[in-house]
Amino acid sequence: MSLLKIVDLHKKYGNLEVLKGVSFTLEQGETKVVIGPSGTGKSTLLRCINRLSPPGAGEVWLDGVEVTDSKANINELRAEMGFVFQSFNLFSHLTALRNVRIGPIKVKGMNKDAATKLAMEELERVGLTDKVNAYPAQLSGGQQQRVSIARALAMSPKLILFDEPTSALDPELIGEVLTVMINLAKEGMTMLVVTHEMGFARAVADEIIFMENGVIVEQGTPSQMFSNPQHKRTGEFLHKINELYGESD
Amino acid sequence: MLLAGVRINIELLFALLVLGLLVGTLVALLQVYGGRFFGTLASGYAWIFRSIPAIVLLFLFYFGPSEFGVNIPPFFAAALALGLRSSAYQSQIFRGALQAIPHGQMMAARSMGMSRTRAIFLIVIPQAFRISIAGWSNEFSSVVKDTTLAYVVGLNEVLRKVRIITDRHYDLAMLAYLTVALIFLVLTYAGNWSLGRLEKRLQIPGLQMMRGGTREV
Repeated sequence: MSLLKIVDLHKKYGNLEVLKGVSFTLEQGETKVVIGPSGTGKSTLLRCINRLSPPGAGEVWLDGVEVTDSKANINELRAEMGFVFQSFNLFSHLTALRNVRIGPIKVKGMNKDAATKLAMEELERVGLTDKVNAYPAQLSGGQQQRVSIARALAMSPKLILFDEPTSALDPELIGEVLTVMINLAKEGMTMLVVTHEMGFARAVADEIIFMENGVIVEQGTPSQMFSNPQHKRTGEFLHKINELYGESD
Repeated sequence: MLLAGVRINIELLFALLVLGLLVGTLVALLQVYGGRFFGTLASGYAWIFRSIPAIVLLFLFYFGPSEFGVNIPPFFAAALALGLRSSAYQSQIFRGALQAIPHGQMMAARSMGMSRTRAIFLIVIPQAFRISIAGWSNEFSSVVKDTTLAYVVGLNEVLRKVRIITDRHYDLAMLAYLTVALIFLVLTYAGNWSLGRLEKRLQIPGLQMMRGGTREV
């Protein structure tokens, strides 16, 4: 059984159909990277998976439980899916440590000492032991994004959804975030990542999903997609991305 | 004698501020999160209580109940009239502050499995409260002085005491009014100073208020 199964997912904003039937699966421990031109529905896809944006039709299954079932306990299911935003979205009034431990305490009912210990461990994992008492506004973008990854990790999620985690960062700060993500992938975290970072995709993606106009055009392993894309659009897009972003490795 | 009157003004001030804070917070929450029905209701409430002159409200709350054979004490009527009026103004301070908190933080809270209500109380309100202090300080300066309006419903507050003095000693009028002015200068200054201290104390490090805008430093 797949850890995450997406079946024929549809989403409309008014008359604009953003997702026109998307299906794929994600196995335990896999990392899949979603690429595609902007306005293609990649972010919408991620938001539909944890119902931050309710899908119009189709199914999402997490570990055998239907997320899209209206009777499902969505808060419980969301706690099992980490979400990392492009704009970090840290809680401004809380220190890094408190940002990371608030979920375990308030959502999972963990006691404060255990949650603090856990938060320290997760902040160490993203290399921020020296910033535990800093507030978000005192951190660089790269540091903020690493705190937000630690915040997701502290919930011990079954998988993490990343929505363009490095797109809001200055070029020199992208590396530190990617390093953390690459390590996570290697440690066996299940990840679904929307990104333009092809270096990351090459390094750790089990599969690349190319989306355009609300549908999956093509999916395959990175080597397959880069060397021998089956669709003309895939090749064109990858070529363009390489021109724009270059190879980061 | 004047100080005994001032004491009543201060008591009225506290009563109306607390009432205004509670009702104002509720109205703001309904306006922002209450959906269309409760939102409209809350907006209507804020509109009504901001539109009616304070003196008219005082008369309505004091004389209104007696129409139905219920006599309520002037202090109670004044606290209710001015408190509800203040709640309408306070609600708009809080509403602005609630709406100023980036929506992304709400999304982040929801994405980790927090309920909407919890996210509002744990994430949005603590930040909105901090932003509100500056505006609230302004509302404070305004209602401090409004307490003297309770004079019209016969509350024995400071202005009424002045009136009692000047009725007997007309020559002391100027002195008495100047004293009242001084008392309110001090009250307003003390209140604003304390609120300024509170604002500084609760300031989120890295996000300093500078010349009216929040900047990252």
